[in-house]
Amino acid sequence: MFLEIKEKIVEKILLLIAFSSISILALIAIFIFGEGLPLIWKLGPKAFILGQRWVPSQGSFGILPMIVGSFWVTLGALLLGIPLGLACAVFLSEWTPPLAAMFLRPAIQLLAAIPSVIYGFWGLVVLVPLVRNYLGGPGLSILSGSLILGFMILPTIISISEDSLRALPPTYKAGGLALGATHWQTIWRVLVPAARSGIVASIILGMGRAVGETMAMIMVLGNAVKMPTSFLDSARTLTTNIGIEMGYASGDHRQALFATGIVLFFIIMILNSLAIFLSRRRTG
Amino acid sequence: MMHLRTRFITQSIAKILIWVAALSTIGVMILILFQILKEGLPILHLRFFLDSPRSMGREGGIFSTIIGTLALTVVAIIFATPLGVGTAIFLKEYTRESRISRLIRFGTDCLAGIPSIIFGLFGFVFFVITLNMGWSILSGGLTLAAMILPTIISTTEEAIKAIPYSFREVSYSLGGTRWQTVTRAVLPNAIPGIFTGIILSVGRSIGETAAVILTAGSSLIIPTSLFSPSRTMAVHFYILAREGISMEMAYATGATLILLVLAINIVANWFLNRYIRHRA
Amino acid sequence: MKFYLSWILILTAVISSMAGCQRRQAGVTVAGSTSVEPFAGLLAEEYMLHHPKSHIYVQGGGSTAGIEAVRSHAAHIGMSSRSLMAEEKNLYAVTIAKDAIAIIVHPKNPITDLSLSQIRQVFAGKIRNWNEIGGHLRPIVLVTREEGSGTREAFQKMVMEMEEINLEALVQDSNGAIRQVVGSDPNAIGYISLGLVNETVKALKISGVEPNLKNIVYGHYRFVRPFLFVFNGKPEGEANSFLEFVLSPEAQELLQKEGLVTIRP
Repeated sequence: MFLEIKEKIVEKILLLIAFSSISILALIAIFIFGEGLPLIWKLGPKAFILGQRWVPSQGSFGILPMIVGSFWVTLGALLLGIPLGLACAVFLSEWTPPLAAMFLRPAIQLLAAIPSVIYGFWGLVVLVPLVRNYLGGPGLSILSGSLILGFMILPTIISISEDSLRALPPTYKAGGLALGATHWQTIWRVLVPAARSGIVASIILGMGRAVGETMAMIMVLGNAVKMPTSFLDSARTLTTNIGIEMGYASGDHRQALFATGIVLFFIIMILNSLAIFLSRRRTG
Repeated sequence: MMHLRTRFITQSIAKILIWVAALSTIGVMILILFQILKEGLPILHLRFFLDSPRSMGREGGIFSTIIGTLALTVVAIIFATPLGVGTAIFLKEYTRESRISRLIRFGTDCLAGIPSIIFGLFGFVFFVITLNMGWSILSGGLTLAAMILPTIISTTEEAIKAIPYSFREVSYSLGGTRWQTVTRAVLPNAIPGIFTGIILSVGRSIGETAAVILTAGSSLIIPTSLFSPSRTMAVHFYILAREGISMEMAYATGATLILLVLAINIVANWFLNRYIRHRA
Repeated sequence: MKFYLSWILILTAVISSMAGCQRRQAGVTVAGSTSVEPFAGLLAEEYMLHHPKSHIYVQGGGSTAGIEAVRSHAAHIGMSSRSLMAEEKNLYAVTIAKDAIAIIVHPKNPITDLSLSQIRQVFAGKIRNWNEIGGHLRPIVLVTREEGSGTREAFQKMVMEMEEINLEALVQDSNGAIRQVVGSDPNAIGYISLGLVNETVKALKISGVEPNLKNIVYGHYRFVRPFLFVFNGKPEGEANSFLEFVLSPEAQELLQKEGLVTIRP
């Protein structure tokens, strides 16, 4: 009897524990929304999201420049990360001369493990001067940010894409080759399209990672509040907006930063749900 | 219908491009590591690790930040491991795919995607202000725990999944209860996998900066209790580099971070290999 | 077994955290302006050398955050690099030093002197090219601090007055970062604490007045702001002890060596 009671208790405790991740998520949502929503309410969502001026000292809290900044930086990162990432994924799953794979895999793992502040520092010290001297502008720019971000999201794209490619039934490849296609044709026209949903999921996850990056971006983007008009312009993302002013703010200003966090939260949630949906469909 | 030769030309071009991609990925990684290690390694010596920073970091070493990093990581793991392992056990051993388990998984996946700055905001408003813990190792550690929870959950799940059902069968057939089965047949064999998850999380915690600055503060002296603020190595590196206090020290701290992360990676890999071999 | 062990650890941690929720740690938390922070940190180090049992925790966050922290009791002492605003006047502020704001450019920049109105126009974005004020034909790159920074507030009040700083300006979150950007970009101009100017940048004369100790003390160079220690109520205990040390001649001499202007010239 005692044993049964103990089992029941254990099961209930484990159920409670299992809800910890949901509870934490809920807590985060509650507190971020709690701090930020009053301000969005006060200003009106349209004025906040579409407003083009962010001048807290004058009470202007428009985050459109930041949304645009996040968009461009992420786009740039994807322009670099998708081709490079897919190529490496294909390399690892289809063309693996053991020597090269022995170097590529640890390299990818390390790229994933390097702290973002190191990336930012390297960008600041190496990349920014290069951009400034050879391409013009202050160097602290969307371009610098995108280049670094592209490499930061590479491991995400590579690992999930490679998994998707490897998970394909061998008959796909065999069928393609049997029909007389070259290796490359098989890869490009059969395997990659077949692994499509997994690859797209990896890209979306990479996007989520890119949108959420803060420290490295603060160091290389320049953080100007004006709406960027070119890749060489300085810009500010939703994350860097929070990061660079958070410690300093109070009252309305702080609420506005939490409100920025709400917008960020939403964007990430949408991206994440999309990725989950796509990857579940693949395995489901 | 493409000419035969065109197809092979396309393939060769594609092959070359892919090689370029792979090589440039390796190349960039080497570039980044090289830059920091080149400037930082020469400055590293035993005293650097044993001395605390002096003169706001211009001189001395990074001892207090090592303590801070250690403390924060330990707190994070202490809180995240039971929660993570418990969740994984529940998902894999106590339920089947149902609405509850889908909800839990959704929560975990979402938590994994939340950016560190949001964790920082949350940790600040919840632990530092509302729970009145102030900027402290506890605030920082708890926030980090929330960040590494999804990793622990998924690695533990993988580890448990890999254990053949026969293990459980034997236990049940001997009259064991579910809990006994879990603790005596499943968990002990999943420990290497769980450990790998912990090591990976340690690697992540070490590099975390945004969330830590907002919750654990940036005090330079050796913390005296869980409630003291403390600076981690990553935060120290960031502050040194940004404030331009000492580029030398920044490089040295950066080199330390890289070496640490490298070491953790190697250990994790070694563990993974041993675990896989053990299983097979 | 391992499971139970971790639970015991958790319970211990939870209980000890509840016990701690009454009062955090023995010691003084000093938070606020990143301009004051390095100096407060140095003083804290000195102080702890004389008082080995004390713990002074210094951290940044910005003037506004520091004042907030003091108000909400998250910190014992707030550091501010600007004077208190009207709604903050109920807090107790003590000036511990004075600091000048210097306008800096790249060492290779031929400009050495600008008038106040020129500086204002440059930072407002009305003068956009160096050749309009006697330099090369190159676009001016502005660098400023972030909103909420005491240094920015001081700059806004003393230099910009009614004009708004151009929204295209690069924003960096510390004096050191601005110094780093200006020091590496020949087209950049920014402002930092005079005490942090070093050989990597060049400080401009304003209307012929050079930013140095003599000119500041005699009032010729007017762009000076107070470094404040802010308290919630009268300072007492260890916090008061630290304050007294900071105001002592020994500490003031230390600050002067670092480039600040003492309160007792």
